[in-house]
Amino acid sequence: MEFFEMFLNIGFWAATIRMATPLIFGTLGELICERAGVLNLGIEGIMTTGAMVAWMWVYQGGDLWTAVLVAAVFGMLFGLLHSAFSVYMGLSQHVTGIGITMLATALTYYSFRMMLPGVTTPPKIVPFENYAVPFLSEIPVLGQALFNQSPLTYLAFILVGVVAYVLYRTPMGLAVRMVGENPMAVEVQGIDVYRVRTAAVMVGSGFMAVGGAFLTISVFDAFYFDMINGRGWICIALVIFASWRPGKALLGAMLFAAFDAIQIRVQQSSSTLIPYQFYLMMPYVFSILALIVMSRKAAYPKALLVPFRRGQR
Amino acid sequence: MGAALSEPETVLSVNGITKRFGSLVANDAISFSLNKGKVLALLGENGAGKTTLMNIIFGHYMADEGSIEVFGKALRASNPAEAISHGVGMVHQHFTLADNLTVLENITLGTEPLWSVTRDIAAAKAKIQKLAEEFGLKVEPDTQIKDLSVGEKQRVEILKALYRGAKILILDEPTAVLTPQEADQLFATLKDMLAKGLSVIFISHKLGEVMAIADDIAVLRHGKLVANFPVSEASREIIAEKMVGEAVEKPERVKMTAGETLLAIEGVTAQEGGHALLKNISLSLHRHQIIGIAGVSGNGQGALSDLLAGLVTPVKGSVTLKGEGLTRFNPSDMIAHGVGRVPEDRHVEGAVGEFSVEENLILEEYNDSRFSKFGWLNMSSITKHAKGLITAFDIRGAAPDTMIRSLSGGNMQKVILARALENKPDVILANQPTRGLDVGAATFVHEQLFKARARGAGVVLISEDLEELLSLSDKVVVMYHGMCSQPLDADDVTQQQLGLLMSGEGFSEMEASHAA
Amino acid sequence: MQLEPRQHTPLWMTVSAPIIAVTIVLILSGGLIMWAGAPLFESYVALFVGAFGSKFAIAETLVRATPLILTGLAAAVAFRAKLWNIGGEGQLYAGALAVTYFGTGLIELPPYLMIPFLFIVGATAGGLLLLFPALLKTRLKVDEVVTTLLLNFVILLFANYLLFGPWKDPMAMGWPQGAPVLEEGILPNLLAKTRLHAGLIISVVMAVVIWLVMSKTKWGLEIRAVGHNPEAARFAGIPINKTIIRTALISGGLAACAGVTEVAGTKEYLTLDISPGFGYTGIAVAMLAGLNPLGVIVAALFFAGIYNGADSMSRAMDVSNYIADVITAGSLLMVMLAVMLTRMRIRFRA
Repeated sequence: MEFFEMFLNIGFWAATIRMATPLIFGTLGELICERAGVLNLGIEGIMTTGAMVAWMWVYQGGDLWTAVLVAAVFGMLFGLLHSAFSVYMGLSQHVTGIGITMLATALTYYSFRMMLPGVTTPPKIVPFENYAVPFLSEIPVLGQALFNQSPLTYLAFILVGVVAYVLYRTPMGLAVRMVGENPMAVEVQGIDVYRVRTAAVMVGSGFMAVGGAFLTISVFDAFYFDMINGRGWICIALVIFASWRPGKALLGAMLFAAFDAIQIRVQQSSSTLIPYQFYLMMPYVFSILALIVMSRKAAYPKALLVPFRRGQR
Repeated sequence: MGAALSEPETVLSVNGITKRFGSLVANDAISFSLNKGKVLALLGENGAGKTTLMNIIFGHYMADEGSIEVFGKALRASNPAEAISHGVGMVHQHFTLADNLTVLENITLGTEPLWSVTRDIAAAKAKIQKLAEEFGLKVEPDTQIKDLSVGEKQRVEILKALYRGAKILILDEPTAVLTPQEADQLFATLKDMLAKGLSVIFISHKLGEVMAIADDIAVLRHGKLVANFPVSEASREIIAEKMVGEAVEKPERVKMTAGETLLAIEGVTAQEGGHALLKNISLSLHRHQIIGIAGVSGNGQGALSDLLAGLVTPVKGSVTLKGEGLTRFNPSDMIAHGVGRVPEDRHVEGAVGEFSVEENLILEEYNDSRFSKFGWLNMSSITKHAKGLITAFDIRGAAPDTMIRSLSGGNMQKVILARALENKPDVILANQPTRGLDVGAATFVHEQLFKARARGAGVVLISEDLEELLSLSDKVVVMYHGMCSQPLDADDVTQQQLGLLMSGEGFSEMEASHAA
Repeated sequence: MQLEPRQHTPLWMTVSAPIIAVTIVLILSGGLIMWAGAPLFESYVALFVGAFGSKFAIAETLVRATPLILTGLAAAVAFRAKLWNIGGEGQLYAGALAVTYFGTGLIELPPYLMIPFLFIVGATAGGLLLLFPALLKTRLKVDEVVTTLLLNFVILLFANYLLFGPWKDPMAMGWPQGAPVLEEGILPNLLAKTRLHAGLIISVVMAVVIWLVMSKTKWGLEIRAVGHNPEAARFAGIPINKTIIRTALISGGLAACAGVTEVAGTKEYLTLDISPGFGYTGIAVAMLAGLNPLGVIVAALFFAGIYNGADSMSRAMDVSNYIADVITAGSLLMVMLAVMLTRMRIRFRA
C-alpha cells in the first residue's frame, strides 16, 4: 500500500509543515483583523508585497531577519491604508480590500520591474537554512519532520500561541475581541474604537506580509509574478473554517497543507490519467468545500463588516 | 440638618451647549447644573434633545458651542475617556454590551492599561462582587451577556459605571424596558447611590416616576431648555405644559361594540433555530377593536409582529383571517389578505432610506397593474399616487422624488402609515407606531388608528408605553416568555396589574404545560 | 475626528468628485514615473497620445474598452444588489470557453443567428458560473466574495487543461490556443485596418439596456431595494433570494459577454491571455461610474485609454506598463473616498 506508506515518510510531514507555514501566517493575520471586525481582502496583495520586498531586501545585500521585518513594515503600511478607508472612513470593507489587493500587487510589480529592468529570469538569493533543534530533531519521524525546519516556521508556530494568549489573556486582546462584537461597548469604556481596529488591521497585515516573505526567502529563493496564487483567499476560507480561533487556524492550515502534500505525491506517483491541472484545482475546491461545511454554524464576530462611525445618530 | 443648611455643592455644570445636525438645532444654548447627592430629571418629548445633550456630556458628540464643568474642572476632549476620568458614568438607553462576552469582560474592559501583559481577573471579580452587594445589583460575573434578562443587563450597565468610580451617573430612559416592579427596584438602588454621595441625571418622559424620584427638574422642548425648577415647585400639569408647549388635544377612544371576528390565532407555536419564540398562543381580533400587546421587550412581541407581517411561519397551530385559514406565510400573501403592517423600526424594516418617497410608497404593490405592466414601471402613475398620499396623510417637507431619509421621523412614519393604510386593510398590525415621535406626530398616528377602527378595521397594537396602550386599546394582552395572557378589559386593568403580569406572574402553569 | 452627513450634495460636487479623485491619482502616480527616471510631462503626453492620439490609437482604446464596459456592467449590477461578485474574470473565461465549444464547428448558423447564439451561450455559461456562489449565499450563507475569487482560479486551470489538452488547435504550432471561431460567428469589423469590431456597439447597447432595466423596471426596483435595505425589501414582500439569483444570472452573463467579444471579436480564437484582468478592472470601472450603467461606458473608455497609453508610454519612456494597474487600483480607492466625501464632511477636533 504505497498510499499509506506516505504517512510514515519524514519528507511528507516536513513538506506538510513547510507548506502550512505561509498559510499559518496569513490565517493568523486575517483572524486578527476579523476578530476586530474588519474583513481584510487586501491579504492577497499584501502577501505579494511581503514576498517581493523581503526578497529585494536580501537581493540588495540585506540580512534575512531584517528582511522579515521590512516585509512586516510594508504589510503594516498597507494595513494602515486599509484602515484609513475601512475604519476611519467607514467605506465598504469588500471594495476597500479588493482595492488594496489590486494596489499592492500593482505597486509590487511596478517596483520590481523598475528596480530590475530588463531581467528575464528571476535572480536568486541565499534563503533561510533549516535549523535542526538539538535533541528534539532526533525524535523519529515526528521530531525529524517538525524540528528540522526554517526558523520562520518555528516563528509561525510560536505566534499561534502568542496570538491566542494576547487575545484571551490580555486587556488589548479583550479590546480587540470586544470591538469585533460591539464597537459601542468599547467606545463607552473610553477606548478609541478606531485605534484598536487600526492596530489589529496593521498587525494582521504585517503577519500576512511575513507569510508572503516566507515563500521568497525560505521556501524558494526568487520572486515570481503570481507566486501567491490565491493563497490569501485560501487563508480567508481557513479563518471561517477555524471559527476565528488561533488553535483551530493552525489545525486548519496543517490539514490543508497535508491535503496539498498528498495531492502532489499522488500526482507524481500516479500515471497521467488525471491531468495535473485538476490536482492544482484541489486547494481552491477544498477551500470552497470547507466554506460550505462550516458556514452553516459559523459564528461570525457580530460587528464584522459593520463600520463604526463616531458621533453619528 | 447640617448638610441641608450648607451651600449645595455643584458637581456638574453645563454652560451654553449648542449642537446642530445640519439645519436641525438639537441643543440650543443649554445651561443647567447638578448638585451633589441629588437627582436631576431631564424631561422632554421624543426628539427634544435629551439624549443628544447627555451624549455631549459623556463625550460621544462634539458640541458646536459651550462648555461642561465637572467638579470644577472643564471637560476638554470630546470623548468618553475624558468623561469617565472625571467621574461621569452613563447607562445608555440601548445597552452597550457585547453579547458573546462575559459580564466581567464587559465591565473590566478599559480599566487596565491596554499594553499590560496580563489581566487581574481575581481582583476584578472581588471588586464586582463587593459593588454588587453594596448596591444590591446581583449578577454572576462569568455569565455571558446573551444569557441575561433585560433587567440584569441594566444592572451590568450600572456596575460598569460604578466600577469606574462614577460620581455622577446619567441614566437614559432607564425604565423604558423594565416592568413597574423592576423599576421600583432600580429606584431603590438609586436611593442607595444618593445616600453614598453620588449624583444622578435621570432622563425620562414619564411624569409619574419623575415626581417620585427627582429633586430638580429640567425640561427641554425643541432643543431649548424651557424650565428648570425644584420638584417641590412643580405639578404634573405645569410640567406637561412645559414639555409639549400649547396643549395638544388628544383623541379619545369612543365606545364601540366589537363586530365579527377578523383574525383568529389558535395555538400557534413558532420557532427560530430550535428556540421557541411563540408558545401556543391564541388571540382573536374583531371589527371595531384595538388589542394592545404589552410586555417587557423581547418576550415574543417581535415574533407575534413577524407572524402577522408574514415573516414567520408557525410550526403548530392555525391563523385564520376573515374565516380563511392561512397556509402560506409571507409578506405578499399577508398584504393580499388585507393586512396593513407598520413595522417596529422605520429605518430598518419600514423604509429604504436611499429611495424616494414615491418608490417607498409602492414598495408593497409595485406588481399592481396601476404601477407596472410587463415589468415596466409606470412612472407617471407612481408619482401621481405619491402626490395623492402626501396630501391625504399630510406628509410635510416631501415631494414624490424626495429621498426618504431626509424626512423627519414623524413624516417618515406618515409615509409608512400611508403605505399600510391606503388600501383600507381590515387587519392592522402597528408595532411601536409612535416610538421616537413627538406628541404631534404621535397624535396623528393615534387618530389614524382610531379612524381605521371606526370604519370597521381591527388593530393589533404592540407598544412598550403602557399609557399609550391603555388609552388606545379595547383589550390588553400581556406577553411573557412567548406566551399570551387572557385578554383584559383595558378600562378595568391598572398599570400595576399589567406590571405583575409582565414580570411573569400567572404564567408558570402555562409555561409548565408547554414544556411538558 | 468625526464624519457628519451633509444635508445637501450640490450637483457640481457629485460631478467633479470622480474627476478630482482621478486627477489626484494621476498626480501621485507621477511620483512613480519620476522615480523611474522618466520626464513627467512628456510621459503623460506619451500616455495620452498612445491612448487617443491617432485613429489607430483610438480604435485600439475602443477595442480595449469593449470588454471593460461589459465587466464593468457586471460589477455595477451585482454591487447594486450588494452581491459582491469578484468573479468577473472567471465568468469572462466561462463565456470564452462556451464560444470556443459552440462556435468553432459544433454548430453552423448564418451570421445574423450565429453571433446572437454565441452571446446567448456565453452569457448562459457565465450566469451559471455565478449561480453557484449565489445559491451558496442564499441557501447556506456562504460568503460570495471568497467563493467567486476561488472559482476564478478553478476556471482558469480548467481552461489551461483544455488548451493544453483536448482543445489544443493542432494548426497552432504548439501554442496553447483553441480552434478559430467560424467565420459566421466573427464580430464584423467596424473600421478598416484596425481591430475595432462590432463588440463595441453590442456592449454600448447593453449598457443602455441595463440602465433602462435598473431605473425603469420592476427588476431594477427589486435589485436596488435589496441592495440598499434587504430588511425593508423583505418586509415589503420583495423576494430577496429570487432577486439575488436573478442579479447573479444577469451579472455573470454580462461578464461572460466580455469573453465572447474577446474570442469572437478581438482574437478570433481562445488563448490563456485573452484577459489581462478585465474582470478585476471591471470593479474599478463600476466604482468610477458610481455604479451607473451609462457612466460605465465613460469609465471603461478612461481605463482602456490608461492601459493602452501606458503600453505605448512604456515603449517610449522605459516606464513599466504596470503603472496602468497602479492608476486603476488607485482610482478605485480614491473614487470611493471622493464619493463618500460628497455625502459626508469630516470634522476635526481633539
